[in-house]
Amino acid sequence: MPGSSFLRPLVGLVLMGMLAVLVAVSVGSSHVGFSKVLWVFAGGGSELDRTLILDLRLPRVLSAFVVGGLLAVAGALMQVLLRNPLADPYVLGLSGGAAVGALLAMLAGTAGFIVSGSAFAGAMLATLLVFGLAHGSGSWTPSRLLLTGVVVAAGWGALITLILSMTPAARLPGMLYWLMGDLSHSGQPWPGMLVLVLVCLLVLPLGRSLNVLARGSMQAAALGVSVRPLEWLIYLLASVLTATAVTMAGAVGFVGLVVPHMLRLVLGNDQRLILPACALAGGILLVLADTLARNVIAPEQLPVGVITALLGVPTFLYLLYRSR
Amino acid sequence: MTTLASHELTIDIPGRDSGSPLGLHIRPGQIWGVLGPNGVGKTTLLHTLAGLRPPRSGQVLLDHKPQASLRRKQISQQVGLVFQDRQDGFPATVLETALIGRHPWLSAWQMESSEDIVLAEKALQALDVIHLRDRLVSTLSGGERQRVAIATLMTQNPDVWLLDEPTNHLDLHHQVAVMNLLTAKANNDKAVFMCLHDLNLAARWCDHLLLMYPDGEACWGPSEAMLVPSALERLYGQRLITVEADGAPVFVPVRS
Repeated sequence: MPGSSFLRPLVGLVLMGMLAVLVAVSVGSSHVGFSKVLWVFAGGGSELDRTLILDLRLPRVLSAFVVGGLLAVAGALMQVLLRNPLADPYVLGLSGGAAVGALLAMLAGTAGFIVSGSAFAGAMLATLLVFGLAHGSGSWTPSRLLLTGVVVAAGWGALITLILSMTPAARLPGMLYWLMGDLSHSGQPWPGMLVLVLVCLLVLPLGRSLNVLARGSMQAAALGVSVRPLEWLIYLLASVLTATAVTMAGAVGFVGLVVPHMLRLVLGNDQRLILPACALAGGILLVLADTLARNVIAPEQLPVGVITALLGVPTFLYLLYRSR
Repeated sequence: MTTLASHELTIDIPGRDSGSPLGLHIRPGQIWGVLGPNGVGKTTLLHTLAGLRPPRSGQVLLDHKPQASLRRKQISQQVGLVFQDRQDGFPATVLETALIGRHPWLSAWQMESSEDIVLAEKALQALDVIHLRDRLVSTLSGGERQRVAIATLMTQNPDVWLLDEPTNHLDLHHQVAVMNLLTAKANNDKAVFMCLHDLNLAARWCDHLLLMYPDGEACWGPSEAMLVPSALERLYGQRLITVEADGAPVFVPVRS
């Protein structure tokens, strides 16, 4: 498996990513032709087109790309950590924890930065809770961790319902959109992109260790991997990725499940390839899903989480079905 | 070449008394067999010697250095282990599985080179699984997986080979082939230390034996000295008939 064989799929994904961004930017309430979009990117175009593309659509499209990448990489990392292809930040309740944090902040009447910070705190708390409870005596049994995550996620769900039932009706729509995952309030994509790139650079040299870890912690230790520090690092990185994604777009589910699974079917399970490929393919998936969400019942917009859930639920069930 | 030794070592099995402490010296060229009934701690001992779990007391020494003071990577260049159970969460091919044996020898940024692939293929060849090279491990039979696991250890190529029931699931021919391979490795200055259930395989191929009794007692030494029928009968709680074949003792259980 020389490194050059990794290059072709990654280059292909980069090209597909650029194409997806191009399509997403040009499609919308007022259609802009590809040539016009390229002209605007090159620095030309009318004032109106420039505003529409560079200030309105591009930030949202890039945010979608970043959120998708963050979630897919977080999912892939958690799957290695738990040796279980069903692990995903949404399934494990991290998104739920973040949602509770954000909703509490919204209920208190705050907005913007405080909501984001509170979501971030919620995601970190949820991770700590799940991994702490599942840790028990000594090691993380993958099945126990998954089960703990699912139960904790149900708990977050109940809390969310409680908060919603206490919320004045006028504030409900914003909250609901946020819960279902929505990119219309995602703000600037750059902080998230920075997190994504940094984490990818950090995990690339760990790729082969992760390959070994995927075969079990004892086997990994016997092959010279310092298992405990590595597990903590992945766990921390996956939490940061999830928290960043949730902060940007709310609880978008199942990207972390669908993308790594599809890529493993096509590209095998070498983490040195899968992790960067996840960042790209997750981005592409969410860009396309969000384009669909913006246009399918235009001028109304769907939350993008609805689209990803419609993709994710059948994938999850298929995985479960096949694993028996 | 590495000598693996244990000093006043007792293994840690929760809820069990510490047995007699072990002072083993596993030297290059030796083939050790560990015999004992189920649940006596053979696997725990192997894991402890590999540094995968802490001992209750005493220490494991690699060339007189306490193993606990060495880095994991360094240990895994000197000591390798074939596990009894394997976990395959994600699909992987036979070649990929053998190739992870190179992990201790590569730095973080290094990719597996063509030499590494040649090493892995040689190991697969030696264990007669090269024809399965591109198959998924999850589709193999128990015996084929066992041979792939041993091939992974051979690709790792440590000085000390620890094996937990290496002949599990293997047919008679492959049992003999594996034992002969291990003998060849020992002749090549590797140290081999394995748990075995088959008393007669141990009697035939091992030059040193460790007997672990259910009451925690243990004794060890050259095979000729350890293969005393009365000691083996006490070990398994089973009466034995001893016959001689091909110049070596063969132990047959009494029927009733």
